[in-house]
Amino acid sequence: MTERVITCINCPMGCRMTVSLNDAGEVVSVTGNTCKRGEKYAHQEVTAPVRMVTAVVPVAGSVCPLSVKTREPIPKGKIFDCMAALRELKLNAPIRAGETVLPDVCGTGIDVIATRSVG
Amino acid sequence: MDKIIQKDLVIIGGGPAGLAAGIAAREAGVEDLVILEREHQAGGILRQCIHNGFGLHRYGEELTGPEYAARDIARAEELGLDIRCDTTVLSVDGDRRVTCVSKADGLTVYQAGAVVLAMGCRERPRGALGTPGTRCAGIYTAGAAQKFVNLEGLMPGKRVVILGSGDIGLIMARRMTLQGAKVLACVELMPFSSGLNRNIVQCLHDYDIPLYLSHTVTDIRGRERLEGVTVMRVGPDRKPIPGTEIEFDCDTLLLSVGLIPENELSQRAGVALTPATSGAVVDDDLQTSVPGVFACGNVLHVHDLVDFVSDESFRAGRAAAAFLRGETPTGETVEVRDGEGVRGTVPQRLRPGRDVTLMFRPAAVYQNASAVVESDGVELARKRALVFTPGEMVALPVKAEKLAGVHAPITVRMEAAKHD
Amino acid sequence: MRRETEILIIGAGVVGCAMARVLSRYETEILVAERMGDVAEGASKANSGIVHAGFDAKPGTDKARLNVLGAKMYPALCAELNVPYKGNGALVVAFQEEDRATIEKLYDQGQRNGVPGLRIVEREELLRMEPNLNPSAVCALEASTSGIVSPYELVYALADHAALNGVAFAFNKPVTRVERTENGFLVRAGEDEIACRVLVNCAGIGSAEIHNQLHKEEEKLKLIPRRGEYHVLDHPEKAPFERTIFQCPTAMGKGVLVTPTAHGNILLGPTAEDIADGTDVGTTAGGLADALEKARLTWPGVSTRTEVTNFAGIRAHEVKGDFIVGETAPGLWEAVGFESPGLTSAPALAEEMGAAIAASLQLRKKETIAPPYRKAKPFNEMTDDERREAVTADPLNGVLICRCEVVTEAEIRAAIRRPVGARTVDGVKRRCRAGMGRCQGGFCAPRVVEILAEELGLPMTAICKGSGDSYMLTGEI
Repeated sequence: MTERVITCINCPMGCRMTVSLNDAGEVVSVTGNTCKRGEKYAHQEVTAPVRMVTAVVPVAGSVCPLSVKTREPIPKGKIFDCMAALRELKLNAPIRAGETVLPDVCGTGIDVIATRSVG
Repeated sequence: MDKIIQKDLVIIGGGPAGLAAGIAAREAGVEDLVILEREHQAGGILRQCIHNGFGLHRYGEELTGPEYAARDIARAEELGLDIRCDTTVLSVDGDRRVTCVSKADGLTVYQAGAVVLAMGCRERPRGALGTPGTRCAGIYTAGAAQKFVNLEGLMPGKRVVILGSGDIGLIMARRMTLQGAKVLACVELMPFSSGLNRNIVQCLHDYDIPLYLSHTVTDIRGRERLEGVTVMRVGPDRKPIPGTEIEFDCDTLLLSVGLIPENELSQRAGVALTPATSGAVVDDDLQTSVPGVFACGNVLHVHDLVDFVSDESFRAGRAAAAFLRGETPTGETVEVRDGEGVRGTVPQRLRPGRDVTLMFRPAAVYQNASAVVESDGVELARKRALVFTPGEMVALPVKAEKLAGVHAPITVRMEAAKHD
Repeated sequence: MRRETEILIIGAGVVGCAMARVLSRYETEILVAERMGDVAEGASKANSGIVHAGFDAKPGTDKARLNVLGAKMYPALCAELNVPYKGNGALVVAFQEEDRATIEKLYDQGQRNGVPGLRIVEREELLRMEPNLNPSAVCALEASTSGIVSPYELVYALADHAALNGVAFAFNKPVTRVERTENGFLVRAGEDEIACRVLVNCAGIGSAEIHNQLHKEEEKLKLIPRRGEYHVLDHPEKAPFERTIFQCPTAMGKGVLVTPTAHGNILLGPTAEDIADGTDVGTTAGGLADALEKARLTWPGVSTRTEVTNFAGIRAHEVKGDFIVGETAPGLWEAVGFESPGLTSAPALAEEMGAAIAASLQLRKKETIAPPYRKAKPFNEMTDDERREAVTADPLNGVLICRCEVVTEAEIRAAIRRPVGARTVDGVKRRCRAGMGRCQGGFCAPRVVEILAEELGLPMTAICKGSGDSYMLTGEI
């Protein structure tokens, strides 16, 4: 059995929840939450946490770099890999907002897309 | 000679507030309007807020700042709004005469039928804190750092301490970390953070950045570039406690210690301001003490969510349109006051007869509490919540029928939980 | 690098630049060596900016003489160089009856020093003159010839005028060794060896070290770095005080003053604390609290709510108390211990010592002297019509960079392009006030860095805030 303490992000209450996991990594119990949403978040957060990644990438010939995001949240453990992949990216204008600039980032199946247009 | 351009509506600022006001005014029939924006593009501070989390209330989805701004800009373009970028307003006077300057048009004077103030806010700098120490390089407001990183692609530093746990500071903690900087600590004077929980978790916890509550930076070292800061715990009086010094070797100090509505223009126009919000005193039409001058967004009071800025600014735009049609209600106004545990209620005056939403911040953290609106001992509205924090603005709707016949001042106050 | 010059001036503060300007009227070769990256980087930028009337100094001293002479020169000098100056007058206030004797003593001293426009004002009139003054005030010495000046802008203007007349400036050249040679001096400044016939030592807090290398044990001098801390408040719509308000002086100096600045800010300070390290210009919690507390005696309504910044300056206090000025050894001309009223005295000293140096070298006056560089009227101070013209003349005046102080791109570029131009963000700030206001560069600093990079042909990452390795940015993302 292991225990993890996490802070709920659903509302300003910020409940400190204790999640007990069995040896197989399955959630056994969640305590400290005030509402159902907290429990759901706790499950997600300890089993498969995900995060959106947003960043900027230089574009040849443009002073202002291009802002980008993962189209969907990616596994939390892949954030730095995603950033590393973005650093390797070489972009040229024009690029439209919503356009994919890096497909299937780090094998997550999720594309990185432009969040503004350039050129 | 002075050539004065007549304009029905002049909107000062092309950020989310100004855009929304312009869109709403045009939709309400104002044809002759101009939005004056000092930057090269419309969108305001959203342009540098590349993170997501905008638009949940308005669109039911999480957009990044540039995406949120793009939707308003697209709508403004669709409506054919005249947005003058690279144009700085130099003055507004009490007769709604707006003087601005730009490279392309030189000095321009508008005589406006109505004016919407939508200039936004600025960050409190180091000077406002009175933090002692050297005046070396490496001390930035979080927003200035954000501009360098996100709009210029340049890093302001490598080893970072953040003073203040406002949302911009938290966002920059993550941003700097993702770009390879080491964020050593986030230091907050108050016993609670003014940032959203979500940002504390996803910007600090995710990257093991410690948050020091009830601490502050008491010394800044470094002759040329910043070399380190001293952090100390503070007592309930917010004064540093000797013996609690923690030294950090860092080359960068980012400040996220509060936002101040940028009301210098308003002041010179004779608009009455209140210290509670550092913004204008307005009625429920968002009209200031100067007839025909309206205020909305962060120049009125600092919001947490852009969705509410847009919402408020749509109302300001519609109210300005009504003013231009001569349809502004003229009845008696009733004062709205901050009661116990409440700070910065907007609007500060209202005309009973319409539904109104009062917005304010609790002065402290309240758990299991209620926010209560009352007049002359009669409860007009109440909102219960598990928690109220100063970091989260409260919106409390009051129904028109409850306000009917109200003449005495209205008070908003916090009420702690009753124990049965 | 080995260089030669007829006259070497060490220190580009107000004295060094005033000296350079006076000497540039003669046929000679002048080099100014400065340890920092710009002019006015020491005490000249961090002081009260007061043109003292001249009643403080003991009669018969160089301080008294040069102060009174200098104060007389200021209005015309600042007009010629287009430097912000205002003859706002000063009051030294007694807050208790016991201090009346001090006021009377200062009055007498002023009379003996030849200060015009002095009188003693009693409480009732005093409170009418300055309604925000602590009503416990008893009486005050009024000095109508006292004034306020932007001290660093004066130095910039002096340096520009000197440069236009052929003076060379070498920055980032700290002097480490000075020795006498057969026909003058050999000075090690940074990596340079500079040979000169005449050496002018106006190195501020570093001047004693230079003096001591060229003098015998019994002639050596000791400077005590005396730190003063200040609060700067935003320029209010209406100034709480028209005049500079002093309290009664103490052994440590003139005490904490409350004054409007030449730019309309409010200045509170300085404290006076003798410290070991003459380059430590950090402020302290204690010092700032002390300055505020003392200012409260003058101005009970004082509040730091509108504070824009705080700073500290170092006065070079010579233990014996007077200035050490003149030719202290053959070919060595000095201004050591040039603490307050150094700013006021500098123009007078420069005229006096400049003429003496010229005579000693038998220099010939130039036939023509280039007029001063004149900074354009600040956009912020223009009328609408003037602004309209300014934008027509240069469209970059239509690009507002600093919104707090209303500074245009044209003004920032001019600050970089002037004869001794800005090379850093702080250099721009002090020359044209971009970043000087409420937001302290929060909005405009990134733009200023960009413009500096463009003007200087450098990458943005090479731009510094101020002197030395004060880099703003650490690299690209």
